[in-house]
Amino acid sequence: VDHVTTAASGVRILAEGSVVPVRVLPKILSDNEFFWTSGAEGVLRFMRCTSCQYIIHPPSMWCPKCLTRTAEPSAVSGRAILHSFTVNYHQWVPGSQPYVVGLVEIEEQSDVRLTTNIVGCAIDDVHIGMQLTVVFEKNGDVYLPLFEPAAAA
Amino acid sequence: MRPAERGAIISGIGQSEIGRRLNRSDLDLTIESSLRAIADAGLTVADIDGIATYPGPGLGQGKGGAGGPGAWELQDALRLRLNWHSGAQEGPAQTMAVFNAIGAVVMGLARHVLVFRTVAEATEQGAGKRKGQGIDALESGLVGPMSWLIPFGAMSAGNWLAMIANRHFHEFGTTREQLAQIALNQRKNAALNPKAIFREPMTMDDYMAARMITTPFCLFDCDIPVDGSIAIIVSAADTAADLASTPIHVNAIGTALRGRASWDQFDDMTTMAARDAAASLWERTDLRPTDVDVAGIYDGFSINTLVWLEALGFCGKGEGGPFIEGGARIARDGQLPLNTDGGQLSAGRLHGYGYLHEVVTQLRGVAGERQVAKSPEVGVVANGGGTYAGAILLTRGAS
Repeated sequence: VDHVTTAASGVRILAEGSVVPVRVLPKILSDNEFFWTSGAEGVLRFMRCTSCQYIIHPPSMWCPKCLTRTAEPSAVSGRAILHSFTVNYHQWVPGSQPYVVGLVEIEEQSDVRLTTNIVGCAIDDVHIGMQLTVVFEKNGDVYLPLFEPAAAA
Repeated sequence: MRPAERGAIISGIGQSEIGRRLNRSDLDLTIESSLRAIADAGLTVADIDGIATYPGPGLGQGKGGAGGPGAWELQDALRLRLNWHSGAQEGPAQTMAVFNAIGAVVMGLARHVLVFRTVAEATEQGAGKRKGQGIDALESGLVGPMSWLIPFGAMSAGNWLAMIANRHFHEFGTTREQLAQIALNQRKNAALNPKAIFREPMTMDDYMAARMITTPFCLFDCDIPVDGSIAIIVSAADTAADLASTPIHVNAIGTALRGRASWDQFDDMTTMAARDAAASLWERTDLRPTDVDVAGIYDGFSINTLVWLEALGFCGKGEGGPFIEGGARIARDGQLPLNTDGGQLSAGRLHGYGYLHEVVTQLRGVAGERQVAKSPEVGVVANGGGTYAGAILLTRGAS
């Protein structure tokens, strides 16, 4: 996969269109802005409760475990394990090539998952349980967290 | 304590014309199914004092056809005089409108509630108006739960459920050959349903040769968009003696959601909300899975059915693959006749309500050449999959 730049963290930032020709992007709102823009620094961040350290996703100020309103964006390692995936062949958008939609669980907390794309390896090499690391794909202001095999990083 | 839902019966059922690209409006189809259901119950339009629909307005004609008209549109079109009405989308799957209607009759808010579900997806697709989920947010940007899925090309429930299927394959060794039995069973049943869309025979080779949509789903794992409407009348059980039809009794409903209402954060991805709806169903009845004589189980995608078979306890967790292997157990003459009208995979996506119509028809014993052999006493209908699920247990006799 072509990359346009490398962030200060050493994480690669891919160009728009690396996986599908057209992406429908999330709308940046006050509660998710940190998540979708954090990739500019090459860092994956989640809301984390400063009282009990529980990672909260999707983002909320309120911790569902201890019910305090003390959560703040917090960096994680970017390492993850593939929980499941599917290879999409259907052309939802005309002209798209087969691509991998992945469901990954982050290393820090197994009940935090991201739907994402698996990049940086052949489709046939994707398997449940594989170790992954984050890369980002820049789409304007939005940096989508994608994942590639950890060994390739 | 006797569950309150036993105060409700299904007194009438009605089906509109069903087909591909009928070029009829969703309201037109809804009035057709509604008048049939009312007549089937032996009622008149003046007897209807409640309406419930799923998903309510906002998704209807001109917007993809998946929604159908709202409760207010039908109320106005038939000039109904209502004591209670509801049209909504958040709840225990498509069945939520039935559950709302049951609630209304057992609370005494209404005596006879017209429940309907209408789709005009085939016509809308033919007119090029159905752009696909999320595409309409290309300019505005996605908000809410879809904003975590669609940006990654996970455009459809097909993609999300495919990941559930692959996880099931990984954990339990389930195979495509096993999953195929859902599609093959429904196609075999559709041959006996004149209203089914696809009735020609399908073989395992046909299934395996079909184009891949999103692994492990091929085309035949995905249901068929159609135009059509189903209406059912939910009545207070004490009206049964006055009705022209054979009343079918509500024994229990399953409505729970105990895991996270999220396509990617649910604790157990191989079952999701079906686990909770099924558990709450059996908590409300002394009947057991072995008592069920006929089943109408959601097959928007083939994996939905497999997950429900396990969740409802027809087999153990993870044993769905071996349970359906070869197809004998779920055949019309098997131990659990399943989707005897052809289901959504072959009869068409009437979005949950085709199963209700068929299971009521089977329990009444009037399914004609596709009537299951033993006279069925107990039927189950399960709707939805992924983050939302609802189930209902129906009996021919009162309990």
